[in-house]
Amino acid sequence: MSKKSFRQAINEALRQEMERDPTVILMGEDISGGTGAPGEQDAWGGPMGVTKGLFTQFGESRVLDTHLAEISFIGAAAGAATTGLRPVAELMFNDFLGTCLDQVMNQAAKFRYMFGGKAQTPLVIRTMYGAGVRAAAQHSQSLYSMVTHIPGLKVVVPSNPYEAKGLLIQSIRDNDPVIFFEHKVLYDMEGEVPDEPYAIPFGQANVTREGDDVTIVAIGRMVNFANAAADALKRQGISCTVVDPRTTSPLDVETLIETVEETGRLVVVDEANPRCSMATDIISTVASRAFDALKTAPLAVTAPHTPVPFSPALEDLFIPSQMKIEEAVRAVMARESNRAAAE
Amino acid sequence: MSEIHSIVMPKLGLTMQEGLLADWIVAEGDEISAGQHILDIETSKIANSYESPFSGKLHRIVGEVGGTYPVGSLLGVIADAATPAAAVDSFVEEFLANFKPVEAGADAAPSPETATVDGQRMRYLRMGEGEADAVLLIHGFGSDHGTWILNHGALAEGRQVVAVDLPGHGGSTKDVGGTGVSALADRVVSLSKTLGPTRFHVVGHSLGAAVAAHVADKLGASAASLTLIAPVGISADVSADFLDGFLREQRSRKLRPYLEMLSADPSMISVEMVEDVLKAKRVDGAQAALTAIREANLPGGRQSVDIRDIIAAAAYPVQVILGDRDQILPSNGTADLPPSVKRTVIAGSGHVPYLEKANEVNALIQEML
Amino acid sequence: MASALQLSRDDLLKAYRDMRTIREFEDSIHDEFGLGGIPGFVHLYAGEEACAVGVCMSLTDRDAISSTHRGHGHCVAKGCDVEGMMKEIFGKRDGLCQGKGGSMHIADLSKGMLGANGITGAGGPIACGAALSAKLLKTGGVAVCFYGDGSSNQGAILESYNLSKIWNLPVVFVVEDNGYAEATASSWSIGGGSLVKRGGGFGLPAEEVDGHDFFAVYEAAAAMIERARSGQGPSLLHVKLARYYGHFEGDAQTYRAPGEVDKVKSERDSLDLFRQRVIETGLLNGGDLDAVDKEVEGTVVAAIAAAKASSLPTEADLLTNVYVSY
Repeated sequence: MSKKSFRQAINEALRQEMERDPTVILMGEDISGGTGAPGEQDAWGGPMGVTKGLFTQFGESRVLDTHLAEISFIGAAAGAATTGLRPVAELMFNDFLGTCLDQVMNQAAKFRYMFGGKAQTPLVIRTMYGAGVRAAAQHSQSLYSMVTHIPGLKVVVPSNPYEAKGLLIQSIRDNDPVIFFEHKVLYDMEGEVPDEPYAIPFGQANVTREGDDVTIVAIGRMVNFANAAADALKRQGISCTVVDPRTTSPLDVETLIETVEETGRLVVVDEANPRCSMATDIISTVASRAFDALKTAPLAVTAPHTPVPFSPALEDLFIPSQMKIEEAVRAVMARESNRAAAE
Repeated sequence: MSEIHSIVMPKLGLTMQEGLLADWIVAEGDEISAGQHILDIETSKIANSYESPFSGKLHRIVGEVGGTYPVGSLLGVIADAATPAAAVDSFVEEFLANFKPVEAGADAAPSPETATVDGQRMRYLRMGEGEADAVLLIHGFGSDHGTWILNHGALAEGRQVVAVDLPGHGGSTKDVGGTGVSALADRVVSLSKTLGPTRFHVVGHSLGAAVAAHVADKLGASAASLTLIAPVGISADVSADFLDGFLREQRSRKLRPYLEMLSADPSMISVEMVEDVLKAKRVDGAQAALTAIREANLPGGRQSVDIRDIIAAAAYPVQVILGDRDQILPSNGTADLPPSVKRTVIAGSGHVPYLEKANEVNALIQEML
Repeated sequence: MASALQLSRDDLLKAYRDMRTIREFEDSIHDEFGLGGIPGFVHLYAGEEACAVGVCMSLTDRDAISSTHRGHGHCVAKGCDVEGMMKEIFGKRDGLCQGKGGSMHIADLSKGMLGANGITGAGGPIACGAALSAKLLKTGGVAVCFYGDGSSNQGAILESYNLSKIWNLPVVFVVEDNGYAEATASSWSIGGGSLVKRGGGFGLPAEEVDGHDFFAVYEAAAAMIERARSGQGPSLLHVKLARYYGHFEGDAQTYRAPGEVDKVKSERDSLDLFRQRVIETGLLNGGDLDAVDKEVEGTVVAAIAAAKASSLPTEADLLTNVYVSY
């Protein structure tokens, strides 16, 4: 066990799985960097340096730089996955799903069902999401809810370095197509990460705080905000359970229901836009299955229904914050006392 | 005038920076005796009942229930009943004026080391230095060196204290090889030879205590003493319910009830403790290694290990420390022990007295050093 | 270069049997569709038989193909079970895809048939992926991407040309240019006019071939497949042909010239041309071919009867096979 960054955790997961299984290959734009260029090869390791060193260790038949054209290489990864390889394709920004969505949504996701269970597509698409680096509207979205909507895909949104390594190893070993979302602001986050390979099963939420008053469900980077909010609220006398679903597909509904039944109050924190989102999905799931357990209406802390703005002054307002989470928790606590007072 | 004592936020383990004051068990004005349970403290790693180091009247409660305080913060004041209120006031005032919390990272926790012994990786955590005979700490089934969080530092005055990860556990190899306690002991003995010290006080818990007995036996003249805490190998049965659940459950809320069987007070089991067990079980090969070790030593509800002959023949002092509410090894309390063995039963403790009643257990180990 | 005239008697009989099977299969489906027994969209391959069979003659099960919405012919040529296909098209539980795919999604991965595809051009990247697997796993396999003149304008296809070239993949692009993307003429929709030149622009060796002539298709495709198999990379075969039915069943085809299809049927029918050629050269006799015709008719009649008789999927089947494990 030693302290590693989110970036190192992902690099280590890829390296260990490539060492374990020779059919695991990587492909993507500049995941090595420098292919065909006069200078250094393995110059980048991806734009964020996540895959740095893997080309040097595994060579050009395992780490493939692609051309800058997502339809074909994401589709090729799907095709390779059905024919014996375990590709991990890097879709640089999740916003680029716009170019290759057919291959993700109509091909990889559908093969198994459409072919009557005969296809197996062990494909991982790693992709970067999230706001916070002034990358503006086409490089900052959080689109995990969009792919969660599509049956046949599994969707993973890790919240810290430990989770990233274990969930990525599981993604690579999994026999279904997985979209693995990495928040660009988390790459430098450090945490304890075991040196050995380990896999975190899908569909098992992580309860990071146990409390009595409010259940906070948060996705990806927001889990860290929710934990900080819960710790601050605890000092103010409000004890919160924090649930990190880890995977939005499959979704651990059992833990959501169970924790809400204990607290009776729900706040969902989601960096994505608010309509047809994980926030609305979780709230509707809980409301329809555990309505009687709810003491008050759930609240969602999300981005507004706008594209991600560029100006730091605006982007900071766009992203849910610890303070907004605390306000929401206090609001659901207050609402109930108002009702009690009215009765 | 008699002394005024401060009750401060204790440092539970190496990395603790702050703790939550979960509850005051006593009230302002109560007469307290040393060793009395007065506070409940929680950190992310452990929930612990705190025993007063002092006798006297609890004159003042400073730390509020639900508050999170840095290590060393003033939580309460104990003094002779006759101490005037004004003296207590000025004590508190002075303490608060001078108190500076330790900065994060100021005393960085030591990092575990690894060694290759018999061709396999063994991880261990070493603390303390000095010439006195060293201490080997050997954890129980499914645990790792981190379990000695409340003991490791306390014992490491003037000597090396090395807590190992047994094969199949923690950061040690999952390629266990021999799964019986004697084979596991061979690895620990091999590791001990790479550490430097020539004599060891050997301390083990549960299945690790059975390993410890074999380690001491194999060390022979290099064994200084043997402390067996809730040991496997002195009675016949074991809770199959615990072992089955421990191995089977992969989710924190499902695993928790089994871990709660370890302690007389289930609230001691923190979120992080449960998560740490899950993390250990998730490591590639861990589940298979643990299953094999269980089958070899604790098949079904039975202990297939007996260490009584070893401890009866020991040429070094041997003690056994038991909890009176051990649910894992329920017959240990009535176990027949050789007369040469010192036996202490800790009231109100379950299977993990070194966590539940750390001060008492530390004192008992210190007596052997 | 491989010569079709060097094919063995068995190979020639197989080629004819596959072509005849496709024709019989499609004609029968046309009739059955008219009777209302077949749900959904059906796109028939009749008229184009020489292409699928001419290309797939050089492939084995270790080789992969990606196909199109007009995929029945590719399925037959790649060895898919005819009865299983028919059951699938009828939406039956024991169809090749358990009734979950239908006409547009027939696949049999064990035969290297990676699926008919409802998205035009989508097979390009998939074939590249299969070729990548073959290359990296050193199976000796190749991949063939079948697509239409409409798909030839899809970004997915153009990207695939480029990716296959820069990765030097063992893939052959076979564009089946039947003159129409749905109801739009390929002569109008293909900018620059020439798909061979387009291939050249990506560095792909490319040639045009008469898609009604089995022997011409076979020889051109065999050379390209051999080229791919020996590590020399991708190439492009532009196959000109005609479909006998509409874009889909129910298409009145008012966009076609009067008599257009009849002229092809009488002058350039792939089965007639094949028969003529093998009899002229003495490779097979009329009796051999008549026997195949009879055998195939029996096979297809039996397949339709079996498809009609077999059971529909049940509610329990709705939720299965979404994931390997979930």
